[in-house]
Amino acid sequence: MTIRDKKVIYGLYDDEQDLLKAVKAANADHLDILDVFSPFPVHGLDPLLGLEESRLHIAGFIYGAIGLLTAFLGMTWIFTKDWPIIFGGKPHWSVPAFIPITFETTVLFSSIGMVVTFYIICGLGPGVTNPTLDDRITDDKFALAFDAKHVDNGVAESFFARTGASEVNTKIL
Amino acid sequence: MSAPVSPIRTPLVEGHKSYHDITNDLVAATERTPSATWLVAFLISVSVLTVGILCILWTIWHGIGTWNLNRTIGWGWDITNFVWWIGIGHAGTLISAILLLFRQKWRTGVNRAAEAMTIFAVMCAGLFPLIHMGRIWMAMFIFPYPNTRGPLWPNFNSPLLWDVFAISTYFTVSLLFWYLGLVPDFATVRDRAKGFRRKVYNFLSFGWTGSAKHWQRWEYLSLVLAGIATPLVLSVHTIVSFDFATSVIPGWHTTIFPPYFVAGAIFSGFAMVQTLMIITRKILKIEEYITVEHIESMNKVIVATGMIVGVAYLTELFISWYSGYIYEQFAFFNRALGPYYWSYFGMMFCNVVSPLFFFSKKLRRNIPFTFFMSILINIGMWFERFVIIATTLARDYLPSSWSFYVPSPIEIGIYVGTFGLFFTLYLLFIRVAPVVAIAEIKAILKTSGDQYVGPNAIHHNDHDDHSHAPQRDEDDLQEVEKVSGALKSHQSTDVKSTSQATAAASTGSATVTQDDLTKIEGIGPVIQGVLKDAGIFTFVAINKSSVEDLQRILDNSERNTGGNNPESWPTQAKLAAEGLWDELDQLKDKLDGGKFA
Repeated sequence: MTIRDKKVIYGLYDDEQDLLKAVKAANADHLDILDVFSPFPVHGLDPLLGLEESRLHIAGFIYGAIGLLTAFLGMTWIFTKDWPIIFGGKPHWSVPAFIPITFETTVLFSSIGMVVTFYIICGLGPGVTNPTLDDRITDDKFALAFDAKHVDNGVAESFFARTGASEVNTKIL
Repeated sequence: MSAPVSPIRTPLVEGHKSYHDITNDLVAATERTPSATWLVAFLISVSVLTVGILCILWTIWHGIGTWNLNRTIGWGWDITNFVWWIGIGHAGTLISAILLLFRQKWRTGVNRAAEAMTIFAVMCAGLFPLIHMGRIWMAMFIFPYPNTRGPLWPNFNSPLLWDVFAISTYFTVSLLFWYLGLVPDFATVRDRAKGFRRKVYNFLSFGWTGSAKHWQRWEYLSLVLAGIATPLVLSVHTIVSFDFATSVIPGWHTTIFPPYFVAGAIFSGFAMVQTLMIITRKILKIEEYITVEHIESMNKVIVATGMIVGVAYLTELFISWYSGYIYEQFAFFNRALGPYYWSYFGMMFCNVVSPLFFFSKKLRRNIPFTFFMSILINIGMWFERFVIIATTLARDYLPSSWSFYVPSPIEIGIYVGTFGLFFTLYLLFIRVAPVVAIAEIKAILKTSGDQYVGPNAIHHNDHDDHSHAPQRDEDDLQEVEKVSGALKSHQSTDVKSTSQATAAASTGSATVTQDDLTKIEGIGPVIQGVLKDAGIFTFVAINKSSVEDLQRILDNSERNTGGNNPESWPTQAKLAAEGLWDELDQLKDKLDGGKFA
């Protein structure tokens, strides 16, 4: 998610269980959560935030299929059309011998494709600087952030107070 | 994380770590000035690497004639070392991919370093075929690209070309997988750093923020990558074994080679992980993250794969006899009783006999012994490749072509040089990156930290009740509801100021209740202090501890409490924890100073 020029009010929690409860409470109060940040993946958070399952594996399958076709059709073309050579009396189109390279290329295309896709859709990459809310989020704090435009400051403050946030801050990203 | 954990499960993170402690401990190695040990080790590695580079340059300048390969023995130390290094790499992928699919939590302590080992080992391995080709400046000919020579294509039917694809794919995927795990940890280092260091780690961390959606995709991608890296790692050594198995050399063209090579690769790889981890955990003082439990788990893998390798050796021997094919029979006779008999028996001893010691739990958990064994297995697996390659080639079909092979100093120098390369890279790695995956350790803390599981657990009651039982969650929410009503009348209007919100609602999962342990007969204020120092604060914790553990705590204390007998304490604590004070008093009457009368 790219956030730019947004006033954000966020609370920091000390434990992922507190965070999960806070997210539940926010859902119950119909408060619109901007995002949640944590030092590690918190299980059980995705359905509460309404995050859909990732479709990276579908992308991976497509990249893999491209790799498979590239390798198999490429070798087929080279050994039957471009430069047919007889190796050890075997047929030009010796399918079993193509299997290892086809497999490796499938895996190669699929993993490079998926990883590059992941970095692009997350807005990550070498030298990219994304605005962060707090330095302690990668250490031991769990942040729940509201967009100050959508959630009134007073409401947010009282929400954080009753859900046990250890700190409440605002920041313009 | 959300599933309730059995208290008998062995902890994987010791020392009652908080999330912040984990960050501190694991980032520390990259933040302090290099120690003298590190500098000395680094200088030695770089010197050894220099020797290797000089030997490689010598080979390239003068040609392969500087090696002692001859017409009969075309593959010697070069291919032996290649197969050995590539095999070592396999353990890293096994730990990071296969154990992830099997949900083995002990993976998190060692996966980062093991994957680094994979990448560096594959780099060392890849050097050998490149130099072995002779004209390294034409190395790009092995890749199929449109060229002005026809275009002339490589032979796609050749296992040697399959190797090129397998190893370059393996290297790329391992690197991507490793870096994916490093991104969040580099962000952790970045957020603690200042100035130039922060800029460097900002670059390395790719702008990671820790957003929930990013974590979701990150976990997803790790899982899918693990899913495709698993068949990949099995394919790599299978294809390496095809280099031999598809030939018509007796002793090589056997169908047992692929599984036997893969098992051997994992066997030698785990030995190398043990060698590295035992040194790393000691020097970086991260014994609380790479525990004896981790070492024992890896020793179990070693004994299992060692058995597979042993069975494969014996099967080979049997089949060579059973085949009735005299050349095959001679190949094995020659391996065991020919001119290189010592390497065959070295292999048999190191790979088949010595892992048997790991059937003893005591030896599996003995760190110096494990270290010694890991070296022995590394040597044994090197002998295995030497036996397969040089010994077999030395005595071929024509006795007039029989030959003997001893490596030249240049060949030895290149092999030693790869150790220089490996350790130079590894030492740089432990300076730059957290050696243990920080985020992954935090994610397993609640299920594997020793304050949550094992004999010293203190969080059983309060933690589990609050966070795991759905019923309690509902109660908490209602409580939150009530408090929120009260707070709404006191809304603060000054929103920009940083307000320290008091944790009004009793979410309480972090608080530790402490019981008055002196209520138990036999425990006085001194022993209560000793127990609390050992992390036992509640009646429940005493009840969950075994008498032996309590005795050990008392014996090990400096407060001279060893003479006390805790045999009745768990029983008493059970009653106290359940609030059955009358029953406890009745029991106390029967006791004699805390001992069963």
